Amino acid sequence: MADISKEQVKHVAHLARLAVTDEEVEKLTEELGAIIQYAEQLNELDTENVEPTTHVLDLKNVMRKDESKEWITQEEALKNAPDKKDGQFRVPSILE
Amino acid sequence: MALFDHTIKELEEKLHNNEITVEDLVAESYKRIEEVDDQIHAFLTLNEADAKAKAKALDNAKDHGASLFGMPAGIKDNIMTKGLRTTCASQFLDNFEDPLYDATVMQKLNNEKIVTVGKLNMDEFAMGSSNENSSYTGARNPWNTDHVPGGSSGGSAAAVAAGEVLFSLGSDTGGSIRQPAAFCGVVGMKPTYGRVSRFGLVAFASSLDQIGPITRTVEDNARVLEVIAGHDKMDATSANVDVPKYTQSLTNDVKGLKIAVPKEYLAEGVNPEVKEAVMNALKVYESLGATWEEVSLPHSKYAVATYYLLSSSEASANLARFDGVRYGVRSENADNMIDMFKMSRSEGFGKEVKRRIMLGTFALSSGYYDAYYKKAQKVRTLIKNDFDKIFEDYDVVIGPTTPTPAFKVGEKINDPLTMYANDILTIPVNLAGVPGISVPCGFSENGLPIGLQIIGKHFDESTVYRTAHAFEQATDYHTKRPQIGGAK
Amino acid sequence: MNFETIIGLEVHVELKTQSKIFSPSVNAFGSDPNSNVNPIDLGYPGTLPVLNEEAVNFAMKAAMALNCEIATDTKFDRKNYFYPDNPKAYQISQFDKPIGEHGWIEIEVNGKKKKIGITRLHLEEDAGKLTHGDDGYSYVDFNRQGTPLIEIVSEPDMRTPEEAYAYLEKLKNIIQYTGVSDVKMQEGSLRCDANISLRPIGQEKFGTKTELKNLNSFTYVQKGLEFEEKRQEKVLLTGGEILQETRRYDEKTKETILMRVKEGSDDYRYFPEPDLVPLYIDEAWKERVRAEIPELPDARRARYIKELGLSEYDASVLTSSKEMADFFEEATGHGADVKQVSNWLMGEVSAYMNKHYKELQELAITPEALAKMINLIEDGTISSKIAKKVFAELVDKGGDPETIVKEKGLVQISDPEQLKVIVNGVLDENEQSIIDFKAGKGKALGYLVGQIMKASKGQANPPLVNKILKEEIEKR
Repeated sequence: MADISKEQVKHVAHLARLAVTDEEVEKLTEELGAIIQYAEQLNELDTENVEPTTHVLDLKNVMRKDESKEWITQEEALKNAPDKKDGQFRVPSILE
Repeated sequence: MALFDHTIKELEEKLHNNEITVEDLVAESYKRIEEVDDQIHAFLTLNEADAKAKAKALDNAKDHGASLFGMPAGIKDNIMTKGLRTTCASQFLDNFEDPLYDATVMQKLNNEKIVTVGKLNMDEFAMGSSNENSSYTGARNPWNTDHVPGGSSGGSAAAVAAGEVLFSLGSDTGGSIRQPAAFCGVVGMKPTYGRVSRFGLVAFASSLDQIGPITRTVEDNARVLEVIAGHDKMDATSANVDVPKYTQSLTNDVKGLKIAVPKEYLAEGVNPEVKEAVMNALKVYESLGATWEEVSLPHSKYAVATYYLLSSSEASANLARFDGVRYGVRSENADNMIDMFKMSRSEGFGKEVKRRIMLGTFALSSGYYDAYYKKAQKVRTLIKNDFDKIFEDYDVVIGPTTPTPAFKVGEKINDPLTMYANDILTIPVNLAGVPGISVPCGFSENGLPIGLQIIGKHFDESTVYRTAHAFEQATDYHTKRPQIGGAK
Repeated sequence: MNFETIIGLEVHVELKTQSKIFSPSVNAFGSDPNSNVNPIDLGYPGTLPVLNEEAVNFAMKAAMALNCEIATDTKFDRKNYFYPDNPKAYQISQFDKPIGEHGWIEIEVNGKKKKIGITRLHLEEDAGKLTHGDDGYSYVDFNRQGTPLIEIVSEPDMRTPEEAYAYLEKLKNIIQYTGVSDVKMQEGSLRCDANISLRPIGQEKFGTKTELKNLNSFTYVQKGLEFEEKRQEKVLLTGGEILQETRRYDEKTKETILMRVKEGSDDYRYFPEPDLVPLYIDEAWKERVRAEIPELPDARRARYIKELGLSEYDASVLTSSKEMADFFEEATGHGADVKQVSNWLMGEVSAYMNKHYKELQELAITPEALAKMINLIEDGTISSKIAKKVFAELVDKGGDPETIVKEKGLVQISDPEQLKVIVNGVLDENEQSIIDFKAGKGKALGYLVGQIMKASKGQANPPLVNKILKEEIEKR
């Protein structure tokens, strides 16, 4: 389990939407392999009856009232957009 | 007058007595930046025009009621500042001129009339321990610019140490406030998880991140935390727990204080100079009437692996929003949607950020979730339990903040695992969610600061501050200044 | 070989809270693009979600109405995927602890009743809206981002496209009654994906399924499934293999068209949302929500049949929407005859709505006005014929029936002396009809009545006209 293959690295890069060169795949395979190998030490611990911690504080039912509030304008919403047109964010199409 | 020779309280008095003006303070800040920042690179963005205008307005208003009135501050560049560029030291956000809103901590600081001098350098998206992962020129250590200032809040610690600002804000996910504070010889506090609102802090690892102050004295630190702490309706993980007057806890009295010293924190790998400084500190506490005993936090050695799995997993999701659709720099080389995502992210993110996104994506991916992510969450429980148990019998846990003083630029950058191991003493604190502070406790032979870490119970920052303050008042490490730019 | 069809449906319903599920932006349909958004909806760095309590209440209400068990411990998870309309690149959803599970609804097809299981109902946030331009670009509007959404997953319990249609109608009906959503498919507040597979009769294992998307009406769901049923059968009978793929229904060609073949399962890397704390729904909270659920359509229909004596058909039509049923009850509450109200609603009112594409609540007529008008017919003030004129006025412009009747002089003539004058006037001019009638030609009487109604501008009281006419003819 401790190893990670180049194919896996490529797959993970795709899931994470990162473009990687062959060289980078090579390097990442090595580096991630080492880190994962290191992480294997956790298997020394028997955690079968241990609850996972997602939240370190014991908070529950934090909610807000159903009230709306004005905040920013359409112009502000689009202010930092790399590309926009007619009040919308513009992106290249799915296909080439 | 040099800013760094005065506490907030002293400056407040001078302002009140009309000995100085806010304009003087702000001018002093920019003058010092002018003198030293080309050597330490603490700032990524300066807010000079606005800051000077605000200083003038504050002087005219003469309403000194606010608790941080006119104090020049630097803000880590992963904290959102309305109308002021916020980059997280990433090329992806190089053009992020106006984040549209202020983080809750900024609203609180502005309510108390601080002056924001500028935005501070850091490791990109707070991932790193040396500032070498800044996508701009990394910050350097004011005590010796061949050395790193630590990270990720390296700019925040360096700016305070060099006297460019009176205080700064940093963020701490695995040691990112305490480690640079130790390396730069200043005071850095990571509050209890949930103590300070995370709203407006660019998330690295949501379940670990906390904002905290970096200052030159414990008293200043307590004063800033009093302002930024407290429940926030915009952050569902912020705790609805009263914020005590931390400054009032600085009684200088640690008689009967029970200190636990984990043997794992002084084990091999901890530099002898550091060890010695910590042992000397314990002697100081003994002389003040406190007692200490060696204890064990048996799961400490698993903290680094646990931390890297959890923080990278959360980061892989938190950093997915940087896709080039709504803000940030979009690659010009993509002509379809998927390439736009991939190329914008690959061009915008640095190596370490990509490495952690990859690790986190892998740890969460189908077939590996239980073995890595969930396993790490379970070990986190064990590490938290270690602290719970110790805190049944002791008031604080004390050890070094870092195994070594600041290392040299380039020394560890090519070996991620060695770099990660540097955080071994600070990481468990984030995993347990408890508060921890680093205060100066000595210098290495070659003149680099050493930090003492004091860890407290959940929401017991008061005891942590009291403990830190008593040590500070009994020693003179905090009065030492780096010689950069000719200390005054 | 004979096949059995297996259908399961995934329905998304937008909840009509005032604000969004995780941010205080207005939750509204049809605004200018990107005008109902804030930094949280836009996934700005540093922003955090805070859960809208009403969204949870609404989801619980829907789940309870669909007979689900409500979770006591629940939470939110991140579902990770990149798409331009998904601003954080993760959707906050519920993975392993949905708010509701193990529900069911009862449908009726060709007189046969059947329970359809509901696997789960969970709460999540809606995405923005991506439209594809013909200029090589796509456009994103984030107004819809963060609209509270419930996803309702059925068990694969349906065996025909007709059952799928009935399930959707019933689901829509129930949710509409709870008041948590507009359930308007044309506005996207109800959306449906359908899974369909075939298996040889007698075989236990399910066949490979295909998923139908972009189904814009219940009719298209049914038609798409019918097409897909035949297509799969044909493939299987010719020795082919069904691939796990996503298809869409083309309304023009009436065929399903391949969108993409699924390779393995998608890897969404779900993990617990660290920015939101767990939900603990205790009994008191559940009871509070349960108490707010109005009487649901099945219960209402049964009551109409049992207590009001309506036919099963009438009761079904009247309860087909909550607006109709509420209108009905309000009108009868104002003292109008149950049967009459039912007839008017199913007749003139429905006809008007269909003709003008209007919803009941858009009509100017109030339940009270309809009741008054019916009472005016009952007490003889107006005839049914005149009532149609009054109704035309009410439905368009509203107002009070009595006033309309008075102002327009539409009151029925029931005074025998006044009627005698009109009757004799007509008889005087139609000597031949009297002769015909006396010679046994019944038709002549009808003609005379018609002339009398015409002479009275329709206001003569018809039963009285009949009586007086016969009397006056006798006298001649």
